Amino acid sequence: MNWFVFLLGAPLLAAAWLAFDAHPHRSAWVNKIAAALTFIASIGLAVQVLRHGRLMVWDGWFFMDAFNVFLVALTAFVATTTAIFSGPYMRHELEKGKIDGNRLRLYHSMYQLFVFGMFLGQTSNNLAIIWLSLEIATLATVLLVSLYRTPGSIAAAWKYLIICGVGISLALFGTATLFFASSDVLGHGEAALTWTRLYASADQLNPTVMRLAFVFLMVGYGTKVGLAPMHTWLPDAHAEGPTPVSAVLSGLLLNLALYALVRCKMLVDASTGTHFAGNLMMGFGLLSLLVAAFSLHKQHDIKRMFSFSSIEHMGLMTFTFGIGTPVANFAAMLHMTTHSLVKSGIFFTVGHATQMMGTQVMSDIRGLINHQPGIGWGLLIGTCAIAGFPPFGVFTSEFLIFSAALQSYPWTVSVLLIGLLIAVAGLFRFVPDMTYGKVPEHAKLVHANMLPIYIHFSLALLLGISIPGFLAGWYHQAAALIAGGAT
Amino acid sequence: MSQTLLQQIITMGAALMLLISFALLSQKRMLSLLHWFALQGVVLAAVTALVAYTSDNTELYVSAAITLMLKGMLLPWVLWKIIRQMHVHREVEPLVNIPITMLIAAALVVFSYQVTLPIEHLSHLITRNTIAVAMANVLLGMLMMITRKKAITQVIGFLAIENSLFFAGVGATYGMPLVAELGVAFDVLIASVVFGLFFYHIRDTFESLDLNKMEK
Repeated sequence: MNWFVFLLGAPLLAAAWLAFDAHPHRSAWVNKIAAALTFIASIGLAVQVLRHGRLMVWDGWFFMDAFNVFLVALTAFVATTTAIFSGPYMRHELEKGKIDGNRLRLYHSMYQLFVFGMFLGQTSNNLAIIWLSLEIATLATVLLVSLYRTPGSIAAAWKYLIICGVGISLALFGTATLFFASSDVLGHGEAALTWTRLYASADQLNPTVMRLAFVFLMVGYGTKVGLAPMHTWLPDAHAEGPTPVSAVLSGLLLNLALYALVRCKMLVDASTGTHFAGNLMMGFGLLSLLVAAFSLHKQHDIKRMFSFSSIEHMGLMTFTFGIGTPVANFAAMLHMTTHSLVKSGIFFTVGHATQMMGTQVMSDIRGLINHQPGIGWGLLIGTCAIAGFPPFGVFTSEFLIFSAALQSYPWTVSVLLIGLLIAVAGLFRFVPDMTYGKVPEHAKLVHANMLPIYIHFSLALLLGISIPGFLAGWYHQAAALIAGGAT
Repeated sequence: MSQTLLQQIITMGAALMLLISFALLSQKRMLSLLHWFALQGVVLAAVTALVAYTSDNTELYVSAAITLMLKGMLLPWVLWKIIRQMHVHREVEPLVNIPITMLIAAALVVFSYQVTLPIEHLSHLITRNTIAVAMANVLLGMLMMITRKKAITQVIGFLAIENSLFFAGVGATYGMPLVAELGVAFDVLIASVVFGLFFYHIRDTFESLDLNKMEK
């Protein structure tokens, strides 16, 4: 309970504080400390949940089980390392005059508000509040994407705002439809939107209405997950915003939307007794994987390219959660973890690389390894890791995904294989050229903070070589939970 | 007695909402578009208040009051101020001409009824029409967003979608729980502030609120 206050309180207080603090060093530190506090709190909560099972907080308004506490810990971790990375990165942008003190205040404050939204959504027991928190996180990141106020960033943020705004209203329509079904059973009040109550009586909910509700929830939350064909906002938003924002968008925000979707899927499949929601997720997942894999080849901007890789991996996760067996859920959660770690790590290196070369255009980025070896190798290793090469964690999770797919839907494996191979080919079409070759003359050295990058990649490596026992047990619990086992 | 009354109120509300959605789509001038948008907010508030009265749901009165102030008065007024201040062209400028838009809109309504057919057969709640109408309204709002050039008309389309969602909540379930209602109202307010901010950013950067200029 005490930990929980820190988890929601620290980012909220920090957001208020940072809105008035333009001092570059101090505000960066406050940002880091607030994020670190949430990480400590999330560890405390995780230990409690693992020891005592599901935790209800504040009269059941919030709850934590094995599934969401895992996401909370992951979110807090990536938020902390991103805060560490963003310190020198934003100072560099400040020195170059791309932002001023006011924008820095906006940046830090919105960053913390975004983190607050993430935790609110992941721990809330109320479907309406999960929806609201996604909206908070969206609005905060819209302001972050438009931070530089360049024509490109304004256009990207507007597109993001409109597409996700509409998407998220569809999710609200889905939630209202769901309430329409549940208020018959649970009465006309908060109980009918409370997830734990809904899940306990899911078999009494009207299956037809639930099915219609899920279609809207799928399209609505799917827009935020970045599933094709609603993914068009994502590459722009990633490319135009500051790099720490790209890192948290890919590494965290998409996960929250997928989390919301999976929670709804658990309800709907339990209510209809069929695999309707799972099938829908599998379809959207496969489509996104293929669309992203092909689009990857056509990119010129390095951040856009890696954002398509994010769409590809989110598609893969959505597909795997759609399969819905315990193995599949295990694989999907592992993939969520490794993808978040590796992708935010890649965005950190990309951020340094673009600052070094002064451009995001891939054909102008050359010779990273010769110029500043740490960053060059970081990008190359990160790309190998995200491409799913052993011994990195992505390999393990993709291997598990293949096993799960083979077990339940063997025909999908061919589609998965083609999609992944095309995507890998896309990554290696561009990345080697950027890391090797002659250094352009205008390139300069930047003060790179390599620590977060090392931490992320070593964790991904560790997960690939051997998953620690407690973590595996934890995933097992969550996987069984999502598959409809013990609560 | 009150059940039949309630049903009649909601059915009439649904009809009015749908009518206003069509009216919004057919407007050529910004000012009349805003008038219809404001009217939609007022109708929504009135239906909410009547439902609150007949179903003895006091929480709904709060929602009705918020709706009236926010959607019936504040937002239309602020939008009008922005249009005047920014010297936006007073014409709506549709991308697809209005008769064709209306035909598409009619098809969308039929489609919504088709999709929600299984629910209507099943539902024993008295407000069966509302889900179909609300869904049609959402689709019409989207149609408005994609067939108009200006940032402001896109936002009006967005807010019209919010209105229809709110109506779905009130009509189909006599209002979502208060937490949800307050959350949504808060969200609309914040989103409008962000929209307003972006009007200024877009105008300052592109010297116009015409979204075609934003394409590279």
